[in-house]
Amino acid sequence: MIAELGLAALWLSTALAVLQMVSGAMGMRDGANSPFAIYARPAAVVQAFLAVLAFFLLLYAFAVTDLSIKLVATNSHSAKPLIYKLTGTWGNHEGSMLLWVGVLALSGGLLAGMERRLPEKTMSATLAVQGFVALGFYAFLLLSSNPFERLPIPAVEGGGLNPLLQDIGLAIHPPTLYIGYVGLSVAFSLAMGALITRQVTPDFAKVLRPWVLGAWVFLTFGITAGSYWAYYELGWGGWWFWDPVENASLMPWLAATALLHSVSVLAARDALRTWTIMLGVLAFSMSMLGTFLVRSGVLTSVHAFAVDPERGSFILALLGLYIGGALVIFALRAGSISEGKRFTVTSREGALVFNNVMLSAILAIVLLGTLYPLLTEAFDVRVSVGPPYFNPAGAIFAIPMFVVMAIGPLLRWKDDKPARIQFELALLASVVIAVIALVAIFGDYSILAVLGLALSIALAIAALLPLRGRNIRRVPVATWGMICAHFGIAVALFGMASESAFTSEKLAAVAPGDTVEVAGWNIQMESVDPVAGPNWTAIEARILAARGDEEPTILAPQSRNFWSPPQPTSESALITRWDGQLYVVIGDQAGTDANGNNRWQLRVWWKPFVTFIWYGGLLVAFGGILSIAGRVRVDLKRRKAVEMGKERREDMDALAEGDAIDGKGGTGGNTSAAEPEPAE
Amino acid sequence: MMRLILAALALFAAPIVSQSVYAQQAMPPAPYAYVQLEDPALEAEAAALMETLRCLKCQSQSINDSDAPMAGDMRHQVRSRILAGESPAQIRSWLVERYGDYVSYEPEVSSTTWPLFAIPLLLLCVVGLVLLRRLGKRRSDGPVSGEAS
Repeated sequence: MIAELGLAALWLSTALAVLQMVSGAMGMRDGANSPFAIYARPAAVVQAFLAVLAFFLLLYAFAVTDLSIKLVATNSHSAKPLIYKLTGTWGNHEGSMLLWVGVLALSGGLLAGMERRLPEKTMSATLAVQGFVALGFYAFLLLSSNPFERLPIPAVEGGGLNPLLQDIGLAIHPPTLYIGYVGLSVAFSLAMGALITRQVTPDFAKVLRPWVLGAWVFLTFGITAGSYWAYYELGWGGWWFWDPVENASLMPWLAATALLHSVSVLAARDALRTWTIMLGVLAFSMSMLGTFLVRSGVLTSVHAFAVDPERGSFILALLGLYIGGALVIFALRAGSISEGKRFTVTSREGALVFNNVMLSAILAIVLLGTLYPLLTEAFDVRVSVGPPYFNPAGAIFAIPMFVVMAIGPLLRWKDDKPARIQFELALLASVVIAVIALVAIFGDYSILAVLGLALSIALAIAALLPLRGRNIRRVPVATWGMICAHFGIAVALFGMASESAFTSEKLAAVAPGDTVEVAGWNIQMESVDPVAGPNWTAIEARILAARGDEEPTILAPQSRNFWSPPQPTSESALITRWDGQLYVVIGDQAGTDANGNNRWQLRVWWKPFVTFIWYGGLLVAFGGILSIAGRVRVDLKRRKAVEMGKERREDMDALAEGDAIDGKGGTGGNTSAAEPEPAE
Repeated sequence: MMRLILAALALFAAPIVSQSVYAQQAMPPAPYAYVQLEDPALEAEAAALMETLRCLKCQSQSINDSDAPMAGDMRHQVRSRILAGESPAQIRSWLVERYGDYVSYEPEVSSTTWPLFAIPLLLLCVVGLVLLRRLGKRRSDGPVSGEAS
């Protein structure tokens, strides 16, 4: 029953997406005069409810392990802990696509239900585009990846979930990323709506901004969580490997970062109109491309994709349709939208344009490095593109970007003289030179790591410089958001550079009682015992780790063997200190020592300041949240002020008419009480 | 009681352990698969190289990060060749000769990979042009005007 309800809800949502699209298109053509125009908003809202309902029904089917549903039978197991039964819902293709579509409908519903500031025609066009996008993905779900398909005969037991995915990190990071991916669909629809109705104005940018910021916060958080998950779950101590799946999440983030800065310029200065639209299209295109890469099977092998191309080609066709369509509309309309207000190179807009170009260039490098191996594989030439390519190629653009990022926020809008901020420039330059010199004296490290360290410290200082000479208590919340996010980037960069420059590693075969030393840590293996969990067995080491003379901490890394499906995993053990992390993994048995005791492979890392990478990521996301909060507050204040101003004008009119001479005066507020757009 | 449970668990886990031990013993001896070189400078050289070599049996992992037997074998090759005085570049080209371009995460300019290098260069030019058009032009416009629009 549950499965049929879910399927019915999905079909109904599809029908509503058609209604939303048609009604939106009518409203776009005829404005509010069209009798059909009124259906778009309710269709979007009800659709959101139904699509989310369908997702919750699938969640329920997983919770009770309904083995008559094919998807549950293939991907779940009755002996799994409940939490992993639930997270298993999106640990597979169909379930994660349902989540994707659910979030898409939900964001469309929120937009339709809450957004009242845009001109009605623009709103209709936006909803039509959103309905059109949703329709394609409903069709994909229903025609080629039905999550509610029944088995003719219910299975006796499920196939189980990939053990790597049985971790709390998985519970949060894919849904977070999906919310970010799909939140960008609203940015795409709004950009298209504004482009079609020629309403690329600061007001439009103010409507667009919270959506971009929101999606970006989720993307930032999702990437941070995903990176940390890979770090401790995969058991090799790395936090980023330029893996295509990682790149698939990074590309929308790069585009969204450029977009949110561009939107801010449009909102504050009425400049960069075409840029904002273009980046809006680019950001969602990258989301869809990421979905294609991860979901089509093209990554495991291009040939596997060629053998079973149904799903992949479907998403590819959708990708072509939406991106191609958007670009055609862009080409037709871009000429009629002027660039907006002018500015010089040495202005804040100039810096933002520079960095948006740099972000786009980094995006192009990542795109090239990700797609190129797939392309050559199609011609039976296999090449690998990895960190030795991405790091230097990305750095060509990233280093100038960090430099401009440090200076940009200090410049004024429109036009500024570099001489005005010469003290700041000199300060930052001397910090960079001093750090490079200092690190070069202490040791021989890679040039990128050294530059990263120097730039991160300069950036951290630069992030705080906009506060100089200002009354701290009067700095707008949104400006605090910018400071926090830029500071977060500096913190993360410091962590990355420090990890790559200063990590020490130790491999050893140890018997109980033996000691290993790494970077001032004494690591003593006490014992190795077998343990068992609900769906795995493991070898667990008991290890005492102490730095210097401190009290030892007990660590228990495991080498786990899951039995459904059978797969070994390493459960690392970590000690977190303010200045880094100790990372311990136990491997296979490695023969016996002289006394006949069993020895075990132990791999130990000391990673100085590695945690800063994720603290930085969290700070960036928090900066985004602050920025949204600040904007919303200003917006509410302004609305209230406008209302009060209106009231007062009415009162004045009434006074002028002379029939309420003793009436109350102004109610205090007026429009000019609204805070000016916080500069950032 | 505790002892009894542990014994039961040990029995339960025993087949898995012996299996992995067997798997190791079945392999040709590769002493440097899990043993670092004595000289830290040489080991650092080896580690840097191993981080950029693909484990051919895994999905997106370097041989430095993989527990696959083949990765262990390759680590042994890299470490013993470094110890024998070969340069990382020599070892890389030896491995590429043996396993193809796919084994190296560091693509080199060749007939199949030239776009990986040509496109970024092109990109540099495009970036330069875009910036010139967007930002450079303003200078010749003289002082910023058009504010009234």
